[in-house]
Amino acid sequence: MSRSQGRKGKSKTISVLTLARVEGEGALHLTLKNGKLSDVKLQIYEPPRFFEAFLRDRHYYEAPDLTARICGICPVAYQMSSCHAMEAAFGVSIDPRVRALRRLLYCGEWIESHALHVYMLHAPDFLGYESAIHLAQDHPDVVKQALRLKKLGNEIMKVVGGREIHPVNVKVGGFYKAPAKKDLHALLPELEWALATSLATVKFTAGLSFPDFEQDYEFVALRHPDEYPLNEGRLVSNRGLDIPIAEYEDHFAEDHVPHSNALHSILKGRGNYLVGPLARYNLNYDRLPHVAQKAAQDAGLGPRCLNPFKSIIVRSVELVFACHESLRLIQGYEPPDPPAAAIAPRAGVGHGCTEAPRGILYHRYRLDDQGLIQESKIVPPTSQNQKTIENDLWHFVPDRITLPEDQLTWQCEQAVRNYDPCISCATHFLKLTLHHESEPT
Amino acid sequence: MARKPKLAVYKFASCDGCQLSLLDCEDELLEIAGAVDIANFPEASRAVVKGPYEVTLVEGSVTTQHDAERIHQVRKESKLLVTIGACATAGGIQALKNFKDVRDFVSIVYATPEYISSLSTSTPISQHVKVDLELRGCPVSKGQLLGLLAALLQGRKPNLPTHSVCLECKGRSTPCLMVAKGTPCLGPVTQAGCGALCPAFDRGCFGCFGPMETPNTGSLGQQWKELGVTDPDLVRVFRTFNAAAPAFKKASESHEQKPRA
Repeated sequence: MSRSQGRKGKSKTISVLTLARVEGEGALHLTLKNGKLSDVKLQIYEPPRFFEAFLRDRHYYEAPDLTARICGICPVAYQMSSCHAMEAAFGVSIDPRVRALRRLLYCGEWIESHALHVYMLHAPDFLGYESAIHLAQDHPDVVKQALRLKKLGNEIMKVVGGREIHPVNVKVGGFYKAPAKKDLHALLPELEWALATSLATVKFTAGLSFPDFEQDYEFVALRHPDEYPLNEGRLVSNRGLDIPIAEYEDHFAEDHVPHSNALHSILKGRGNYLVGPLARYNLNYDRLPHVAQKAAQDAGLGPRCLNPFKSIIVRSVELVFACHESLRLIQGYEPPDPPAAAIAPRAGVGHGCTEAPRGILYHRYRLDDQGLIQESKIVPPTSQNQKTIENDLWHFVPDRITLPEDQLTWQCEQAVRNYDPCISCATHFLKLTLHHESEPT
Repeated sequence: MARKPKLAVYKFASCDGCQLSLLDCEDELLEIAGAVDIANFPEASRAVVKGPYEVTLVEGSVTTQHDAERIHQVRKESKLLVTIGACATAGGIQALKNFKDVRDFVSIVYATPEYISSLSTSTPISQHVKVDLELRGCPVSKGQLLGLLAALLQGRKPNLPTHSVCLECKGRSTPCLMVAKGTPCLGPVTQAGCGALCPAFDRGCFGCFGPMETPNTGSLGQQWKELGVTDPDLVRVFRTFNAAAPAFKKASESHEQKPRA
C-alpha cells in the first residue's frame, strides 16, 4: 500500500504505508525536495513487546521458550543464543553430539527461512509479481519446488525440535529427548533432492537481473576456525573487528530514534554495519564446503559480493551449504546420551551470539546463584541492519529519482526486502511510555 | 462461476508465527489460494484487494491505542472474524506486563521513552470486538487452521476440542509423565490441539494452548506441590503465553505470596 503527497508542490513524500513481504509491520517514507532526496525513514510501528522486562526473575531454563516468542520465523535462533548464554554463565561443557544436533536444527531453520525469503518474498520483486501466489499462476513449478524445499526445512525442525514454529525439544544443556536415528535417516532422500534443488536455485537466482548498485559495507559476522558460522565463533568484520562475543557491548551501541519502535545498532566510533547472509559470505567464503563455493563460482559470484540485491544469490548459496551440512550431520548422527548436560546454576553473566538466518543475534543474561535472571539484553539482526537499510536508500534513490513513481516505490521496497527484515524481532524490546489511563491518587 | 470468498490476515502485537503457519501449509497453500481469494495478507503479498472480507484471521493482541481503534475497523470489514493464537485469544506473552506494577516498568526505562507509546495492558481481541471463532495455541496448530478453513468453505462450524491434552496423550499411547516419571505437567488443565507434543518428547506440557473448558487448576497445583514445586514457581508456570486467560490468571494469583500488611 503506498501513497504520495504534494505531487504538484516542490516537496513530495513517497510512502509505503505497509511494507509487504517482510516479517512484521513497518513502513517506508522518502521525502523529495526540489527533485532531491531529503529524507529516508524506515519506520517500524510494530508495537514493542518488552521482553527484557518479562525475563526478570524468571528461571534460566525458561529463557529458550520465552525468547523464542520474539519471533515465529527464527525461534531456533533465540533458543540457541539463550542456551549458549546460560551455558557460558554456568560453565557447562556440551557433548559434541548435542552440538551437532543443534547445528542440524539450526540448518532446518535456515532452509525454511531462506527458501521462504528467496522464492516467496524476494523473487517476486525480480520477476514483477505481487506475491508468490501471483507467481504461481504463471510458474506453478517454481513455487511448488520452493514450497517443497521450505517444507523440508520444517521437517528437520519437526523431527529434531518437535514442531516447526517454537520447537519444544530444546533446553539449556541440550535436548529433552534425542531423536531416533531412523527418523533422521528418513530425511536423507528428500535432502539429496533439496541439495540438487538448492544448486538449481543458485543458478536461477544468478540469472535474475540486478540493479548496478554496490556499497562499501562494514560486514559483521561470526567466524569459526573451520566451520561456516552458525552457533559459535569470534565476532569479526572486514575492517579489523576481531573480538570474543563477550566483548560485544564494548564495541557496539544502540541508538533510539524517534521514528522507529526498534533500536538502531552502531559500531562505536564507526557507525552502521551489515549483518546477515551477505556479511557471512564475504567474511567466511573460505569456510563454505566445496559444493557451495563451486555453485557460487559457476554463478559468476566471486568471494566478495557488495551488491545487496545479490543477497538473493548468497541466500541460495547458503541453502546449498545448509542442505550439504544437514546431510553430513545426519549421516554422522549418534544420539546424545544423556540428551542434555546437567546444569548447576551459579551467579554470573553469560553471553550468547549465534547466526540467525538474518544475521547475528546477541543475548546477555545476568543471573543470581539460583539461576534467576536479574537482567538481560537481546539484540536481533534486524535492528542492527536498520541504519544500513536507510543508508542503502540514500544512495540508491538519487540515480533513480526520475523513474515513474510506482516503479521507484517498488524498487525501494525491493531494496528493503534485500535484508529480509524481521520487524517482529526488532521490536521485542524494552523502552516504553505508558498512557496512564487513570492516575493513582 | 461464483466469486471466491475473500480472506484477509491482520497482525497486531505478536511474533508472526501464527500467520506463518498459513505459509507453512506447503502442501495445501496453492490449493487454498485456489479456493479463496487471499485478498489482504501483507506478509505474503503487496497486492491488496479491498474489503469486506468473508473471513478475517487476526493474529496478535491489542497493546497500543492505535491498535485498539484499528481492530474496530477490521471488525467492520469482516463477515467472520477468527482470532488465531495465544496473543489474539488471551493477550499472549506480552500480557505479562499486565501483572507488573507500572512503577516497576518505568524504573527500567532509559533512552528516550517519549518516542514510544504503549498501553499498560495487552488484551485479547475479544475484549474489544465480537469474535466469531478462535484457534488456540502458541503457535496455532496447522491441522486446526486447515480444518477451520475447510469447514468455513463448506459452510459449517469447525470441530474444535475443548477437552484436555490428557486425551491426546492417551490417543497416541504416551504414558502419563506425572504418574510414570513424576514430571510436572500442565496437560490436565490445558486445552487439546497440539497433539500432546511435549509429553511425547519426555517433557511436561507447558500450556501453549491455554486453559481447557473446565480446568481444575487448584487440584493440579496441589499435585505439583507434592512433586516438590514451590508456590513462586507455580506462579511462573501459569504465567507464560496464556497468562491473562482468566483460568490461568486466577491460578497464578492463587499461588502468589500475599504481601505482608
